[in-house]
Amino acid sequence: MSESTLHLTADVLVIGGGPAGCWAALAARRAGASVVLAEKGYVGTSGATPPANTTLFYTVPGDRLQNDGMVDHRVAPAKGFIVRDFVRRVYDETTVNTELMTRWGYPWPRNETGKTFRGNLRGPDYMIFLRKRLLAEGVRILDHSPALELLTADGVAAGAAGITRRTGDRWEVRAGAVVVATGGCAFRSGVVGTHNLTGDGYLLAAEAGARFSGMEFSGQWALAPAEGGLTKGIIYFSGSFSDADGTPIPHPAVPDALAAGRSVHAVLDRADPYLEDGYRKGQPNIFVYFHRLGGNPFKDRYPVRLLYEGTVRAAGGLDVDERCATSVPGLYAVGDATTREKLTGAAMSGGGPAVAWCIASGTWAGQAATAFARQFAAGAAGLAGRPVQPIGGAGLRPAAKPDPERTAEAVTRAVQQEILPLDRNYRRTGAGIAAALERLDGLWEAARDGLAPPAGATPRDVVRAREAAALVATARWILASAGQRTETRGLHRRADFPGLDPAQHHHLLSGGLDRVWVRRADPHEEAVAA
Amino acid sequence: MIELILSERCIACGTCAKVCPDDVLRTDAAGEPVIAHKEDCQTCYLCELFCPVDALYVSPRTAPDPTVDAAALIAAGLIGSYRRELGWARGRPGGTETDLSYRMHEAFTEPFGEIWKRSGI
Ligand SMILES: Cc1cc2nc3c(=O)[nH]c(=O)nc-3n(C[C@H](O)[C@H](O)[C@H](O)COP(=O)(O)OP(=O)(O)OC[C@H]3O[C@@H](n4cnc5c(N)ncnc54)[C@H](O)[C@@H]3O)c2cc1C
Ligand code: SF4
Ligand code: SF4
Repeated sequence: MSESTLHLTADVLVIGGGPAGCWAALAARRAGASVVLAEKGYVGTSGATPPANTTLFYTVPGDRLQNDGMVDHRVAPAKGFIVRDFVRRVYDETTVNTELMTRWGYPWPRNETGKTFRGNLRGPDYMIFLRKRLLAEGVRILDHSPALELLTADGVAAGAAGITRRTGDRWEVRAGAVVVATGGCAFRSGVVGTHNLTGDGYLLAAEAGARFSGMEFSGQWALAPAEGGLTKGIIYFSGSFSDADGTPIPHPAVPDALAAGRSVHAVLDRADPYLEDGYRKGQPNIFVYFHRLGGNPFKDRYPVRLLYEGTVRAAGGLDVDERCATSVPGLYAVGDATTREKLTGAAMSGGGPAVAWCIASGTWAGQAATAFARQFAAGAAGLAGRPVQPIGGAGLRPAAKPDPERTAEAVTRAVQQEILPLDRNYRRTGAGIAAALERLDGLWEAARDGLAPPAGATPRDVVRAREAAALVATARWILASAGQRTETRGLHRRADFPGLDPAQHHHLLSGGLDRVWVRRADPHEEAVAA
Repeated sequence: MIELILSERCIACGTCAKVCPDDVLRTDAAGEPVIAHKEDCQTCYLCELFCPVDALYVSPRTAPDPTVDAAALIAAGLIGSYRRELGWARGRPGGTETDLSYRMHEAFTEPFGEIWKRSGI
């Protein structure tokens, strides 16, 4: 492995180049900051969006019915915490920025009446469009360059260090402010688009002292064809389900049937030809599976499975304020990496709000990070002489002697055994959570003390060790929070507490590394109760 | 999972290795693409989408697919099928302007379908 290090300085460093990171980088650049964007994969193909094709929610200026409808229909599934005014602000900000995309030349489709339709962003087209815009605006992109740890100066975020996967070269960016845009965490469950989403940003931020909110609202499971990994759910609005014998299963009962070990089949038999054409031509990413393996999903039943998406498309994540600042000075967070409780309550964030949130949170964080960098660090020029400290621990700098048994693969598998089994995790129990947490606490200690890349490690080994540590940490914040909420609400399902308890209309904040803590916080005063 | 690189078509441009989000594909000393870490492939088809000459094939199965047969796939017209369906050509985006996804949203239950029908700008 090469030993050379690339040293860069910027007003704002963005970690992660999915849509939220791209919008943060664009906003910071447009506010006059110098910007570096470091991405584990390749900006344009990486993250949950490029393979997905995403629905986008926005408001239409002057159209009361459309605006109120967009906001109001979110309230019932949210089961509390949602703040109407906040939802509206997110969608309004999205409208402003899709207008920018129009000026930049995005080729929006038109519907039968000739109206432009902004409600769908085809993943790869959208992300390559953003990549080109980033380059045009002068953002420095580091592809295939995962961040491994934050740099801090007296407790203030001051940059990050990482590695380039292709060469093994190290990189270090000193910055006046840092934006975490690393997405959610899907625990390498096999969901297409989530392979790089291993909770790295959570771990980086937690090591600096950041906290989380709503990590119990991470029970996001999604249907995929039995041998596939694309978890697009929209087609099932036109679907019917049945078991092996053909006995119908209502849509909401499908997860429990699968968790009980029954085989479940789907068929999209409720789409008329106009809609079928819309599905096929609008979402070829879904139908390539059937095209290549044979079979017609609109006529033939096909077996399905559930895959865990964790905090991707869910509600919980890093706790941020109205400008997307975390509890660590100089550290901001955006998109799926953050809590989305004010936007979607306890419900899943995908299907429209999540993509809008990437645009709005990215824009707000990019602007706020630029202002912080200017004020506090006096811009990139003021950074040069500032003494900074790399603060990465588990997986990077073992606290004791590296233990050759603690490979990244073994640790990852051990976390997966706790968090991926459907029968224990779709609906959790207090006893199950406590037992899993005990094992995960032991795993954390062992990983913290002994997990390290092996001698003669490749860059892939270095990254894998850090990812494994992030997976353990994330599973613990999720389960510790899930243990404290003794009710069923939205994406948080307890077999031992099947009802919603109105007395638990409080947030659960969490954090900590060696000792994970959870505490209650009152909801935002405007929050709509369940 | 990524299954095939058709060397007779490949022009060794290196694009697939550049864009693969998961570091599955690399180029060897001669600039030819190789599958370096198949187990990391997330079945996203994006290498196919960016290949200028349809020289790759990704099976929709997320596990290794022993049924893949290059000659049969060529005969069935399945090499490059995803790229064609989307409307991309020579690694460049195309087809967004004819995306019919709005029909899915119109089909949602009232009044939501109504909201989508009128939500153009
Ligand atoms: C199947 C599917 C369908 C969806 N459909 C919709 C929809 O219709 N509507 C909707 O609103 N939402 C939808 N979503 C959700 C939406 O895709 C996400 O909300 C969105 O992609 C989040 O963007 P992000 O930028 O926050 O994170 P991501 O897109 O996940 O990007 C995070 C990026 O950070 C990078 N990264 C991770 N760790 C590091 C590190 N250590 N260093 C550097 N980079 C790192 C990753 O490589 C990745 O590129 C869908 C999701 C899925 C999975
Ligand atoms: S399908 Fe995706 S992950 Fe697999 S090799 Fe191609 S680009 Fe890489
Ligand atoms: S993108 Fe296609 S042509 Fe270029 S190297 Fe890869 S397989 Fe060969």
